[in-house]
Amino acid sequence: MAKHKTPLLDQLESGPWPSFVSDIKQEADARAKNEKGLDYQIPVDCPEDLLGVLEMSYTDGETHWKHGGIVGVFGYGGGVIGRYCDQPQMFPGVAHFHTVRVAQPNGKWYNTELLRNLVKIWELRGSGLTNMHGATGDIVFLGTTTPQLEEIFWELTHDLEIDLGGSGSNLRTPATCLGMSRCEYACYDTQELCYNLTQEYQDELHRPAFPYKFKFKFDGCPNGCVAAIARSDLSFIGTWKDEIKIDQEAVAAYVGGEIAPNAGAHAGRDWGAFDIQKEVVDLCPSQCISYDGKLTIDNKECVRCMHCINTMPRALKVGDERGCSILCGAKAPILDGPQMGSLLVPFMEVNKEDDYQSIKDLIENIWDWWMEEGKNRERIGETMKRLGMSALIDAAGVPVDARQVQEPRHNPYIFWKAEDVEGGWDRDINDFRKRHQR
Amino acid sequence: MAFISSGYDPAKPMEGRISDIGPRHFGEYLPPVIKENFGKWDYHEIIEPGILLHVAQSGDKTYTVRAGTARLMSVTHIREICDIADKFSGGYVRFTTRNNLEFQVETEEAAKELKAYLNDQKFPGGAHKFPVGGTGAGVTNIVHTQGWVHCHTPATDASGTVKATMDVVFDDFTDMKLPAPVRISMACCLNMCGAVHCSDIAILGIHRKPPLIDHKFLDNLCEIPLAVAACPTGAVRPSKVELDGETYKTVAIKQERCMFCGNCYTMCPSLPLSDGEGDGIAIMVGGKISNRITKPAFSKVVVPFVPNEPPRWPTLTKTIKKILDTYAQDANKYERLGDWATRIGWERFFEKCDLPFSEHLIDDFRDPAYYTWRQTTQFKW
Repeated sequence: MAKHKTPLLDQLESGPWPSFVSDIKQEADARAKNEKGLDYQIPVDCPEDLLGVLEMSYTDGETHWKHGGIVGVFGYGGGVIGRYCDQPQMFPGVAHFHTVRVAQPNGKWYNTELLRNLVKIWELRGSGLTNMHGATGDIVFLGTTTPQLEEIFWELTHDLEIDLGGSGSNLRTPATCLGMSRCEYACYDTQELCYNLTQEYQDELHRPAFPYKFKFKFDGCPNGCVAAIARSDLSFIGTWKDEIKIDQEAVAAYVGGEIAPNAGAHAGRDWGAFDIQKEVVDLCPSQCISYDGKLTIDNKECVRCMHCINTMPRALKVGDERGCSILCGAKAPILDGPQMGSLLVPFMEVNKEDDYQSIKDLIENIWDWWMEEGKNRERIGETMKRLGMSALIDAAGVPVDARQVQEPRHNPYIFWKAEDVEGGWDRDINDFRKRHQR
Repeated sequence: MAFISSGYDPAKPMEGRISDIGPRHFGEYLPPVIKENFGKWDYHEIIEPGILLHVAQSGDKTYTVRAGTARLMSVTHIREICDIADKFSGGYVRFTTRNNLEFQVETEEAAKELKAYLNDQKFPGGAHKFPVGGTGAGVTNIVHTQGWVHCHTPATDASGTVKATMDVVFDDFTDMKLPAPVRISMACCLNMCGAVHCSDIAILGIHRKPPLIDHKFLDNLCEIPLAVAACPTGAVRPSKVELDGETYKTVAIKQERCMFCGNCYTMCPSLPLSDGEGDGIAIMVGGKISNRITKPAFSKVVVPFVPNEPPRWPTLTKTIKKILDTYAQDANKYERLGDWATRIGWERFFEKCDLPFSEHLIDDFRDPAYYTWRQTTQFKW
């Protein structure tokens, strides 16, 4: 017998898509039965109370969660988000219901041993409910009480050798596409760079020292499967400098209809026979491809959009001189409107041999500048907008490059510096007056 | 309930403490075929919806079966996933950026068998547990935020709007009949933890009423200068009020300057702005992340407000379905939703999708607004 009536939520149990309501009910049943005889460390009925409070929100159209207080583990300023219900008398099981962010393995590969160990902790010490995963990429444990936080942290670090993720004005848990683990397009080892930088900046990840949040995301190619260009303060997007490799026999097989274009992505509908002129040549954004029985690419004019490669993955391969482009300043609208990452470094080698030192130098230059200049709760994209791209380029210590802009400035209000001008800015008014009467 | 100690001693918090170790190395969790061919993949194919084939330079093959999830999942459900991985995929499983599951198997037959098995798994209410799909030119899983399930600032629910929407577009999850991939994303307030601002279709919770002011408590709960500084439009200023014969330090709000971002509430819990009637959803379309053919683009607001209609949000889902179907019928192969709208013209987009255009869709927020106004006589009747 359910603790609370949930007529509105119950309607979300039907329909084909997986039902979170059914799953929460399933967990409520499992906890009530408690077949393993666990001594649950937070209220057994918290999933039922969660459904109760959610049903109340469905009835009155407002959330019933309060602002988080200051909760966390000793020595860290992030990783735990305080959460309290604003109707604790009605729903005591979720009166205190804090979130714990846990660092995920990069690329989100798991074995069942790790998953089973993670859920074992969360079954005993938390609500038994999770997000796999949060928007930034962390494993998210939903709902526990304050006395359990150190216990959870202890078990995670001692038993599983896993740390908490980031929250607050910290470096957030960096996220990456699956990269070289299962993708032929990856131009650098996104997972290894993500792992290396995550380890390097553990202090920044756990102890708030920034004006606001800071996100790294790593995309192996310009297809952008983790959305680095839209979501990360610093985006590392794989690219190449040399020529796209062409297998003319495979091109002929696409033209001849032996291989489905776009890896078969359009198989649900009859789009007619593959037309290489219409589907590849005419759609090339820089018009650098031609086909006359043989495919030719004018690589110097290529902007590496990936379309031809995506369309004929067996015929075309990314080049061999690979690295990444680095873009800065993406964010969602709060506060100053949405921003896309702006290209700061067109090409950087991703070199594990020197422990990615050139990338770390760049990151630290940018952070030093932002920590000095950024206002409270100002993302670096907003600092860039306020102080100018040139200021960022200067602070980052990278060369100025035409690739950093879409087009040159529209206004001639140029902030010349004294050193830019012959003779500097210091002048003598008396000398001026020798030539000009008052 | 007896307290079970992990070994942590609160009297000696530093004793035996381990910190700053970061995540486990991903290399520990790669299935053997993935590990052996790391960085040496040659090409891939989508065998059928939800099944991918990756072929390595060595000739090794691996088949991926992809299934959708609700993202919010219980430990019982995760154990079900583990049982499947143990039975079918050597004890390995992967989560995608869009909250799908992926299992690696060795043969096409095994992939098809696993697909059938996953599609057979149902909750008692009838919903799938692991519907297979989310590949190619279709709709994949909706990334979303917490909503009323767990967040203090949402203007709508996330899990519920996503469930209602995915039920309506389910055919496009299990098939690949659209002109290009369509990424639907959901964020329950403007803070956009889900970063939906570059999605083909975005479901975005919005508030429409300025904050309430809890005068008697504000100065105790908040730093007034922080609340003032938090407002991007300068609508909040320090003030004093007389209530029941007592003077309270508080803030005043110039309501006509409020654009309902909720940043003041984030800084100050005494300025709540949630409201059953005021809150609802804006629909944005035409954003993308990929650099393919056209540049990455922001989503644009095409429906400024639909009311919250739990549990199934019929106006929201009907509008999304209409946009999706019109796009599917009208766009060219490979053309993303935003590129289609740009090609036919946004005036034509509203006409074809049967959406009214209102003054709320003309941008009036700071400089970027200017770049959205039309500075040409090239338009369509």
